[in-house]
Amino acid sequence: MAERTDSGTRLDPWVDAYATRARGMTASEIRALFSVASRPEVVSLAGGMPFVQALPLEALAETAARLVRERGAQVLQYGSGQGDVTLRGQILDVMSEVGITAHPDDVVVTTGSQMALDLVTRIFCDPGDVVFVEAPSYVGALGVFRAYECDIVHVPMDEEGLVPEALAEAIAQARAAGKKPKMIYTIPSFQNPAGVTQGPERRHRVLEVAKREGLLLLEDDPYGLLGFDGPPPRAIRADDDEQVIYLGSFSKTIASGLRVGWAVAPHGVREKLVLAAESAVLCPSNYAQLTVSEYLATQPWREQVKVFREVYRERRDALLESLEQLMPAGTRWTHPAGGFYSWVTLPEGLDSKAMLPRAIAALVAYVPGTGFYVDGQGHESLRLSYCYPEPDRIREGVRRLAGVIEGELDLAATFGTGRVLRDAEGPEGPAPNIL
Amino acid sequence: MQVMVLAGGLSAERDVSLRSGRRVAEALRTARPDWEVVERDVDAGLLTALADDPPDCVIPLLHGAAGEDGAVRDVMDCLGLPYVGTRPNACRLAFDKAVAKTLVRRAGVATPDWVALPHATFRELGAPGVMAALDRGLGFPLVVKPTRGGSALGVSVVHSREELPSGMVGAFAYGDVAMLERFVTGTEIAVGVIEMADGPVALPAVEIVPDGGLYDYAARYTAGTTQFYVPARLDAAVAQAAAEAAVTVHQVLGLRDWSRSDLIVADDGTVNFLEVNVAPGMTETSLVPQELAASGIDMGEQMAVLVERATARV
Repeated sequence: MAERTDSGTRLDPWVDAYATRARGMTASEIRALFSVASRPEVVSLAGGMPFVQALPLEALAETAARLVRERGAQVLQYGSGQGDVTLRGQILDVMSEVGITAHPDDVVVTTGSQMALDLVTRIFCDPGDVVFVEAPSYVGALGVFRAYECDIVHVPMDEEGLVPEALAEAIAQARAAGKKPKMIYTIPSFQNPAGVTQGPERRHRVLEVAKREGLLLLEDDPYGLLGFDGPPPRAIRADDDEQVIYLGSFSKTIASGLRVGWAVAPHGVREKLVLAAESAVLCPSNYAQLTVSEYLATQPWREQVKVFREVYRERRDALLESLEQLMPAGTRWTHPAGGFYSWVTLPEGLDSKAMLPRAIAALVAYVPGTGFYVDGQGHESLRLSYCYPEPDRIREGVRRLAGVIEGELDLAATFGTGRVLRDAEGPEGPAPNIL
Repeated sequence: MQVMVLAGGLSAERDVSLRSGRRVAEALRTARPDWEVVERDVDAGLLTALADDPPDCVIPLLHGAAGEDGAVRDVMDCLGLPYVGTRPNACRLAFDKAVAKTLVRRAGVATPDWVALPHATFRELGAPGVMAALDRGLGFPLVVKPTRGGSALGVSVVHSREELPSGMVGAFAYGDVAMLERFVTGTEIAVGVIEMADGPVALPAVEIVPDGGLYDYAARYTAGTTQFYVPARLDAAVAQAAAEAAVTVHQVLGLRDWSRSDLIVADDGTVNFLEVNVAPGMTETSLVPQELAASGIDMGEQMAVLVERATARV
């Protein structure tokens, strides 16, 4: 029951009790529009849901049933805060694909790598500490950094990702302003949302900046095994086990619903991560961990990753081909060599956020570029994901989107600008279960 | 009694509609435990479901187009299904804000001056010239909004000619015709109207004081961001005038069962009509539920009475 006083009601008796950091947690027009995207009539190029239908579901069902039947007392019990030791060993095998060698004790299993992001930020960042992120960056990471009241600084990227010179300059500027730089957050392979990948030389130079400046390098690598051309890119962590904390995930290579990810960190950091994990969730789900462990032990998981690669490659091709055929002049986009996303830059004067209602009315969804920034950038851009819809649906979605952009160009020709800055600026994407 | 609550749809207000639908369905189940109350989205399977197992009554709680423009109700009429709320033709009059304002003003209720223009007019006549004419005819500040739609989607307050292009583009994002309405400062209120046995009755007005000054989407659906007063802090005479205005709107537009008028009481006490809703929001932060509670009326009980009225009409 809402409180009712002489001064009226706010329909929430706790309104004055919330922490300052909860201030930005409000209903949003954009999130409301995303709720329409889950309808089957809408071609959603918005969400980042992996295509789990490609998994051997029967085998997974058998694995899950067998676990409860034969090891129920273990899988349904609490586990270690650091994660199951067998799985940690298997994770080393997975990480060998990106060149990482480590010891099982270096690994902390988490509830998705999102939790690892949270834990790392929790143990390193005081309010006001500066975190350097790519421009644009993963909305979920921005949300975590904001929750811990970090000062988030976007650093420009080019077609090879994070620009080391710009990173060094941003760090220098922060120091000159009396701020406290703490961490560099990067997704070097098939970046979300931009779809770009750092080459070996670029990775080396980014690492050099981190070392020179004495900053932690947080390497987020959920898409590393999902490259379409050649072997997976070598992780930055493969060349440095002191400066880098590596975050990995089974969400894209097995199943996002299992929520199993991990962090690999130097000894001292790892000890704190385990303590922080225990205070946050006690332990990651034993059931989910052992399902993953059994899957890795009994299924040809490398072959399954190849299946995923082919599924996503076909969809990437469908997206790029239809963009090439249909997009109005002045539209540009990135050509991802792996992962889930392409980053589209609209013709001059158009605003992706203002355009979203028209897109939803035309039954196509995307994520406006503003969602991947905390500083108001991104109006001219949008993220398209090709991971979930079938190729024909992707083509239809691009056709609809092209029509929407044509309509916006017509509006821009009339009024000169499409910019509408009504919503609070900030990271804003669809809920994880939105297509 | 089998009741189907229709909620969701494809409009930008889908999320709000789903929340309204869930709340009304739950309230009905509590008030009438022996009724079968189902919640249903509007999709390609709906008509088959209605044909296979027709409910005794439908409650359309679809917000936005198709829900409030009468289209789905037309289909209900064709199928001979009773439903709670206004008939299709009256929905069309109410849903188009410019049409509703014309009829309401004709009935003697004040409403701020307005102009409704499609994008094509700006394109054909040239936006600078049209905007200059608007400046001369209406002046600033103005409220710019889509003529059709709710939840303040696409609505902005424009203070100068320089801000107008952004406001227009924001409104055109939600529809092909935008309404520019003279901004009136005063007390923002809403008044629900429920048809009782002897005619439409106004519920107590709810006064809306959003923290940021603008009752936009976030202010509407984030608990804690808006201060509400029920009944509104109005002089008795003004409160009476607001109640009469809401009932007049309900009657002159030919609305049925229930409605909610959004009004603004100018500083001189004049009650101005802004728009009316034929499927009022019924979420946790919506206005009609607050008015019902302030009147001591149980929401589920009231909805059950409306259902019984609807089924008795057949």
